[in-house]
Amino acid sequence: MLKRVLLSLLVASALSTATFAEEPKSGGVINAVIQPEPPGLMVGLVQNGPTQMVAGNIYEGLLRYSPKLEPLPGLAESWSVSEDGKIYTFKLRKGVTWHDNKPFTSADVAFSIDFLKQTHPRARGNLAQLDKVETPDDYTVVFTLKQPFGPFLGIFEVGSLPMIPKHIYEGTDYKTNPANNTPIGTGPFMFKEWQKGSFIRLVKNPNYYIKGLPHLDEIYWHVIPDAAARAVAFETGKVDVLPGGSVENFDVPRLTKLKNVCVTGAGWEFFSPHSWLWLNNRQGPTANKKFRQALMYAIDRNFAKDVIWNGLAKVATGPSASTIKYYTDKVTTYDYDPAKAKALLKEAGYKGEKVRLLPLPYGETWQRWAEAVKQNLQDVGINVEMIATDVPGWNQKVADWDYDIAFTYLYQYGDPALGVGRNYISSQISKGSPFNNVEGYSNPEIDQLFADGATAFPDSKRQDIYLKAQKILTDDVPVAWQLELQFPTITRCTVKNLVTTAIGVNDGFRDAWLDK
Amino acid sequence: MLSFIAQRLAKAVVVLLAIVVFNFMLIRMAPGDPAIVMAGEAGASDQIFVTQLREKFGLDQPLPVQLYRYVKGIATLDLGFSFRQQMPVAQLIAERLPATLLLTVTAFVISLLLGVLFGTLAARFAGTWADTAITILALIFYATPLFWVALMAILLFSVSMEWLPSFGYETVGANYTGFAHVLDVGAHLILPATTMGLFFMATYARMTRASMLEVKRHDFVKTARAKGLRDAVIQRRHVLRNALLPVVTLAGLQAGTLVGGAVLTETVFAWPGIGRLMYEALLQRDYNLLLGVFVVCSAMVLAFNLITDLIYRAVDPRIEFAS
Repeated sequence: MLKRVLLSLLVASALSTATFAEEPKSGGVINAVIQPEPPGLMVGLVQNGPTQMVAGNIYEGLLRYSPKLEPLPGLAESWSVSEDGKIYTFKLRKGVTWHDNKPFTSADVAFSIDFLKQTHPRARGNLAQLDKVETPDDYTVVFTLKQPFGPFLGIFEVGSLPMIPKHIYEGTDYKTNPANNTPIGTGPFMFKEWQKGSFIRLVKNPNYYIKGLPHLDEIYWHVIPDAAARAVAFETGKVDVLPGGSVENFDVPRLTKLKNVCVTGAGWEFFSPHSWLWLNNRQGPTANKKFRQALMYAIDRNFAKDVIWNGLAKVATGPSASTIKYYTDKVTTYDYDPAKAKALLKEAGYKGEKVRLLPLPYGETWQRWAEAVKQNLQDVGINVEMIATDVPGWNQKVADWDYDIAFTYLYQYGDPALGVGRNYISSQISKGSPFNNVEGYSNPEIDQLFADGATAFPDSKRQDIYLKAQKILTDDVPVAWQLELQFPTITRCTVKNLVTTAIGVNDGFRDAWLDK
Repeated sequence: MLSFIAQRLAKAVVVLLAIVVFNFMLIRMAPGDPAIVMAGEAGASDQIFVTQLREKFGLDQPLPVQLYRYVKGIATLDLGFSFRQQMPVAQLIAERLPATLLLTVTAFVISLLLGVLFGTLAARFAGTWADTAITILALIFYATPLFWVALMAILLFSVSMEWLPSFGYETVGANYTGFAHVLDVGAHLILPATTMGLFFMATYARMTRASMLEVKRHDFVKTARAKGLRDAVIQRRHVLRNALLPVVTLAGLQAGTLVGGAVLTETVFAWPGIGRLMYEALLQRDYNLLLGVFVVCSAMVLAFNLITDLIYRAVDPRIEFAS
């Protein structure tokens, strides 16, 4: 077996050289904002954003990822892939312990896989090609796949595949295990206290397996429900870190102009939040391809980028974000051109039928964006009715396909097989989820390309397949792609080394330190 | 009197049951359920996940079965389990109750004292510049949205002057004890309690003023004057006491809502109370939690209505309980 050992340690050390240019200082407390309050911190059971953000400090995955999405050592120190792309062998770090001082071994990895297949919908999908897991010794794990699965090395970050302590959960009802309230992981910080409605407190793990880490003594996550109040809390110095999306976009320029405030759009490369308008391909004007293309020409996406998002975005060219693998911009593009939009509407035979537009009820930024799009569409003669909902109502309407045009954004998880295909292949047309092929687009060629792309080996074959898929999709316009979003992380400049990987703040505060 | 109380309590149980059934049906008419919200938050749900959640929450059962189970639980004082918070509802409400009561009772006292004081002054000096000033101020506080007043107060006292904290119940991480803790909580309480109190203060002031001016015209006030009583005594003993009846009614209604907290105030000031819990439960379609808060609030409103009736008797000896 020819082993292609991926010595990503080199990458890690290069990254470390860059980020540790200043000598880190030990100690200190960071106050960050978390919103909404997470329902729980056991990331194997709860997968929402706030849970991952806090729990990324408590739990860990086998791998981490560089901003270029190259795998980095996590709980696994090295890994290799067999020549046929079906066997992945991971060597685990030695000397790693859980927060209750029990050793972390390969048995925990095998247990975690079984656990997550039952509780974690995304992990369940990612592990569909997994045939078996073997643990020849305490520090070796061998994953055997049914067939090659190109993105397999990309599924091991903490939110996607967190390691779960076997000694705590084995033989118990996972969902009611008391340990869910006092989570035990291997991460750099340990759970200490949670005053519901107020704050979550994490403290340094003194037995962390990397000497000298973490630098911080404690992290407080403050629960502040109102976006304006979160901005004030930062402005008055009560919090040091505003993770992406904590404040309304129109507050970002004001806050970043304050003294000793730094901002970064980095740390979202893995998630690559990609926004678009769902277009109902089944019925009404949006079922017509020419109408959908007209929408693309009618919407001024640069205006949305510059005015609504204050430049914190990039105009999307197609189904893949430019930060994920196999992206290409050599596709049919749609610049803002109302005249062209009007011509296409005429060709489509549009007679002024009412079109329902569903904004995303995530706050003022999204509301303003929907109003701008409505105006663009009305300018070319489309009769738009805005439908107001709250989040559960939006979820229900989209999941029930009860809309014509609906705003959304979804994560892409670094690879088209993980976060793109699900929105375009016909096997994902199923009522009840607002995150699958909600638009009802069905194209056998696209189905085949995404099926082939997931299992093709090596990478060069995958590249060809996904380039072709992107070209077909941008011609067909099953949805109207809008912007690649950048949720800025705003911090005091005294907070150093917070965002070091493609997972950003969700990857924990392991390397962060305070220059005080 | 005991018979009166017993009758009212019996009626209260029926009203409470009706409220439970009505709210149960009303919440379920809103689009979206907790399973679809939690699946949404997971970001990549599948049908298995949604089905598992519905089974876990009992949402796969027919509606009458769900209602029967809920009412049966209420009868044994079991408010159920919060889908989202993964805790018993009663425990969640009990945890948030002290913060809510501290905020709402403080706001209640501020509003009642200031409202009656300003209302009395406005009535006493009716038609003067003092009356005009109080009436205009009361109108401003009554008409201005509470969240806007809250945000302006934060900008002024937290951001510009840096006098008071802008959010939370206490200084997190300071670990104050004893008197220092009381001072710390007090400092956090000033802005939310005053903001909330100002709105109700305006209501009480307007009500007290109108009621006092009304009472002043009655013959017994003229008689008191004719008897040669001092003006202060007339105002206090004859006018104010009689004028307070509608104020007591209003205060009774407000007191009943104290446990429900104040959604806007608690949200803007990140005050960890029941109002916020209710708001979040609504957005997350956390049926049991939302119903639990409704049940407790309804019970409090019914209890305070009864107490208000009893206070009437004490304030106005003319009122007798129907046998």
